[in-house]
Amino acid sequence: MSLAHRIIPCLDTDGVRVVKGVHFEGLRDAGDPVELAARYNAEGADELVVLDIAASRDNRPTFIQTISRVAETLSIPLAAGGGIRSLEDARAVIRAGADKITVNTSAVERPELISELSREFGAQAVVLAIDAKRHDSRWLVHARGGREATELEAIAWARRGVGLGAGEILLTSMDKDGTQSGFDVELTAAISQAVTVPVIASGGAKIPAHFLEVFTTGAADAALAASIFHDCVQSIRALKEFLEQNGVKVRLPC
Amino acid sequence: MNITILDYGAGNVTSVERALRRLGAAPARTNQADGIASAERIVLPGVGHYAALITALDGQGLRRPLLDAIARGAKFLGICLGLQALYASSEEAPELTGLGLLQGKVSQLPDTVKLPHMGWNQLDRARGSRLLAGVSPDDYFYFAHSYAAPSSGAEAAALCGYGREFIAVLERDNIFGVQFHPEKSGAPGAKLLENFLRLA
Repeated sequence: MSLAHRIIPCLDTDGVRVVKGVHFEGLRDAGDPVELAARYNAEGADELVVLDIAASRDNRPTFIQTISRVAETLSIPLAAGGGIRSLEDARAVIRAGADKITVNTSAVERPELISELSREFGAQAVVLAIDAKRHDSRWLVHARGGREATELEAIAWARRGVGLGAGEILLTSMDKDGTQSGFDVELTAAISQAVTVPVIASGGAKIPAHFLEVFTTGAADAALAASIFHDCVQSIRALKEFLEQNGVKVRLPC
Repeated sequence: MNITILDYGAGNVTSVERALRRLGAAPARTNQADGIASAERIVLPGVGHYAALITALDGQGLRRPLLDAIARGAKFLGICLGLQALYASSEEAPELTGLGLLQGKVSQLPDTVKLPHMGWNQLDRARGSRLLAGVSPDDYFYFAHSYAAPSSGAEAAALCGYGREFIAVLERDNIFGVQFHPEKSGAPGAKLLENFLRLA
């Protein structure tokens, strides 16, 4: 009896459709969020993340509708984010049926947002998303979908975010994202050891061995991937069977 | 089937409502005393801070009607904070008083593990359970909490272990509670809710 490691598909959307790109660039259409959500729900995904990567004000009502339609099809937890800048934005996302809110750039710009969200919805509902990129011997936080380097050191920012009330860290390695060469295990382990909350590793996954590595050496509590699931390169079921055979506790639904 | 969700503003009300609808029920939401007075089955959802639930119950004048309904035999299911509210108090907000239907207090899970306890975990049956009828002992349920019930008590139907043991499913007469989120726990969660709907 122990907590299972989670496998989390991520739907990057433009508010309406799922899109994908390498290093946050060159986006192309990858499907309907509701169809993909239903498929992952049935295949044994442990949770789903839906992001609005456009995160524009005009797009807001459309994205809220997308969250609502996705939530309607799910019997597993849903985290949603992209462009959440205020309590009011977050309330709309939660009311639409999301269980958790992810914040990234808006928290970098105004860290108190994390505390405001945590007070209203509880720490378990607040996911601090961090896009980190190696600069010499340390990792720096990038904002605005990775386009803008900040002065924040990733480990220190993760610690501070947890202190402010984040209940989980969604950690994306910008160096690995889109490369399909494996998770950044060193970065994941460093963050996982530095904070007292669960860490979701993201960026670079392709084969089951990558997940095994990030759950063992990387000490990740959950692992997130997008295109390998969307393109049916990797089935969630087969991935979980591989992990179980290699001694990693996972939930295998009947 | 008559089932009422206490809608005091909790975040997971919509999810609970959707999960019950998928089972063919037509849940009614209420935050009114008279809505509770006529309820046969009551679900108290909850997620987040213990103080938010208790102050909302008192602020909206729902504590007395809820206790009256349980006393007259309405079947009650507390989910997550809704389970924790059944105890006398919680370390999360020691100045507040819970419903006090069960003895003991809710306390924080130890900091030897990552908190919140977030994700899918299995249960250890303590005895026969009406809510878990037809649910496999291998099934997982979705948890998202940092505080939990005591590890033992006559009401314990199943325990979970994370840092320490705690009551994950409780059943006493017409009072039921689950620490996890059945509305987010796939097929086993749906089965549990169906069992609650079908309680004679």
